[in-house]
Amino acid sequence: MRTMMIILAKDLWLRSRDSTLLVYAVVLPLGLAFMFNLVLGGGGGDRLGARYGVADQDRGPAATRFVTGVLRPMAAQGLITLHAVTSREEGRSRTERGELDAVFVIPEGFSAAVGAGRATTLEVVGDVDAPIAVQVAREAAQAYATELRSLRLASPDGTARDLPPAPLTLVDDASAVTRQLDTTTYHAAGMAVFFLFFAVMFGATGILDERSAGTLARLLAAPVSRHAILAGKLLGGVVAAVAGMAILVVASTLLLGARWGDPLGVAALVVAGVLAVTGLTGAVAAFSRTSEEASNRLSGLAMVLGLFGGALFPVAQLGGFAAVASLTPHHWFLRGLADLAGGGSAGEVLVPVAVLLCFAVLGGALATVRIGRLMRV
Amino acid sequence: MAVLEVSGLCKSFGETLAVDGLGFSVGEGETYGLLGPNGAGKTTAISMIAGVLGRDGGEVRVGGQRHHPAGRRTKAMIGYVPQEPALYPDLTGRRNLRFFARLHGLAREEAGRRAAEVLELVGLTGRGDDLVGTYSGGMARRLNIAAGLLNRPRLLILDEPTAGVDPQSRNAIFDAVRRLTADGVAVLYTTHYMEEAERLCDRVGILDGGRMRAEGTRRELVALVGERDQVTLRAEGDLGAAVRALAAIAEAGEVSEREDGVELLVRDARAVLPRILAAVTGTGASVGSVEVREPDLEAVFLHLTGRALRD
Ligand SMILES: Nc1ncnc2c1ncn2[C@@H]1O[C@H](COP(=O)(O)OP(=O)(O)O)[C@@H](O)[C@H]1O
Ligand SMILES: [Mg+2]
Repeated sequence: MRTMMIILAKDLWLRSRDSTLLVYAVVLPLGLAFMFNLVLGGGGGDRLGARYGVADQDRGPAATRFVTGVLRPMAAQGLITLHAVTSREEGRSRTERGELDAVFVIPEGFSAAVGAGRATTLEVVGDVDAPIAVQVAREAAQAYATELRSLRLASPDGTARDLPPAPLTLVDDASAVTRQLDTTTYHAAGMAVFFLFFAVMFGATGILDERSAGTLARLLAAPVSRHAILAGKLLGGVVAAVAGMAILVVASTLLLGARWGDPLGVAALVVAGVLAVTGLTGAVAAFSRTSEEASNRLSGLAMVLGLFGGALFPVAQLGGFAAVASLTPHHWFLRGLADLAGGGSAGEVLVPVAVLLCFAVLGGALATVRIGRLMRV
Repeated sequence: MAVLEVSGLCKSFGETLAVDGLGFSVGEGETYGLLGPNGAGKTTAISMIAGVLGRDGGEVRVGGQRHHPAGRRTKAMIGYVPQEPALYPDLTGRRNLRFFARLHGLAREEAGRRAAEVLELVGLTGRGDDLVGTYSGGMARRLNIAAGLLNRPRLLILDEPTAGVDPQSRNAIFDAVRRLTADGVAVLYTTHYMEEAERLCDRVGILDGGRMRAEGTRRELVALVGERDQVTLRAEGDLGAAVRALAAIAEAGEVSEREDGVELLVRDARAVLPRILAAVTGTGASVGSVEVREPDLEAVFLHLTGRALRD
């Protein structure tokens, strides 16, 4: 423990002397999230004053509860204005004309289905030009859906399916052109988890750097255990990356208007995500001969996992990709955040956090098994 | 008492048998030199003794205790100075030392104090707060040694500490080693410089191809191969009589007459020198100068391996 902290302090001191880490952990992800946001839409500010319509064709208790329990309080806070709409058709045409940002369509028999525990739908018809307002509508519907377990959200193509992970795809009903609803939070989170590899990496590659610099011999000659040295080196990456993530979360919230959700849940996901990536970097380093080799492999891995894990664009909607995606820590990190953004509490990220910790343990175990190779002079 | 005892030490890298059944011991206050050309296995042997490299076989005892590569109690007694300076160039000299001192279990304030002490010891106090990256090669090597002294080791292991350093740094290193041995520290010193082994080491082990070819004091090694001192006297007078007189001295080997004097081979010239001088002056000849050339380890190495120490 003591050895670990001494090595950690030394590494963080050395890190603080150069700006690479800050660039990878904060500047690049934040900058890119900002740029994607500009290019692909998003942006904060228009969340206030969103205009929502409700087409309540059910008029049952479950529908009323949604309107009075979820939408009215938002209206009371001045976040939205609420308008009654007679039908789905009217709602669609009014959103197309830009009179409304989103319309909730509560179908006939909704309350009965909820009461009987049967599947039903709650549809959100959105205006493509007001993505944030639509996203908020989605989240409101989702929050309610979470409450009513049997509830299904209407998916764009009209069939009912499980709650998809955010970011969600909405359809502009009039043109039937699919358009991604990219949220600021998604961009910030995607970039953050993508660059996590680069922020964490120096811990593991640092071992190989110390080997080629000869200082590893000196560490090994000291009366300390190799495991403590390994842990201390990896911990440097963990601490730096967690700090970077914390800055990123705060900065993207303040500067870009990102909404990360329950702080405790976000913290758990960030720590678990960083540990997962740390485990992977440790394992890769343990199978590499030089720091350069490890860095190259890790950069490649970051790219591939980022791509398949949905950190660069939301692959979750691409069907077949979804299965591959679940093999990446990125996917679980983003899925956990989506659960939180849907209004979930920290308890809902237990599964993503557990999966991420599995990555950490597996990677760490591999590195430990190879410690003899890793720690040779 | 032996601070370090090594026996049957072995290590191979693939096909290469780098160290092959090495055994020796180093006593308190003794400087032991491992002398051998590049690739002899010095670094490999020393790395195993320091516990930074696993060994294939053999036993190492430090302070009478069995020393395992992971053994912390024995490691605490060892100061290890790797061949190449093993330091962080982006830290100051003092910070480097404080870090390694902390790693050796020193408390924060104690680490700071000890860092200052060893900086003084290697004459780097004035540069302690500069980044190591700005040090000259010799300074980096001195700091490298300082880092090996932080834990007040009973056994100091130095791997070619003077390779490529300026004479000033070299002398500073020698002085530091002598001061340490005066305090009872056992020093294990590798070098491929024959002069260094002769000047600094009480005993020398000659290593080649991973095996110990011979060991002992310089005298013992020289005697082992039957080498004798060469004494050259510049003299005037009856040189023929001088040669006959010298031949009568029991210890003298071949005696020959030269243009301006006589030359003879003799065991332990220093001890016999008074009698040699007496014999020559006894013939009425006058002696202008005396030169004694002792055979060196270079000659011993050549004799043992059939090769020169330096290629
Ligand atoms: N890590 C290694 N891998 C393979 N061969 C090595 C390694 N280290 C040393 N050797 C070989 O072992 C022999 C002894 O090397 P070394 O101990 O460095 O010699 P010295 O220090 O006396 O110059 C040499 O033949 C060298 O090539
Ligand atoms: Mg060597």
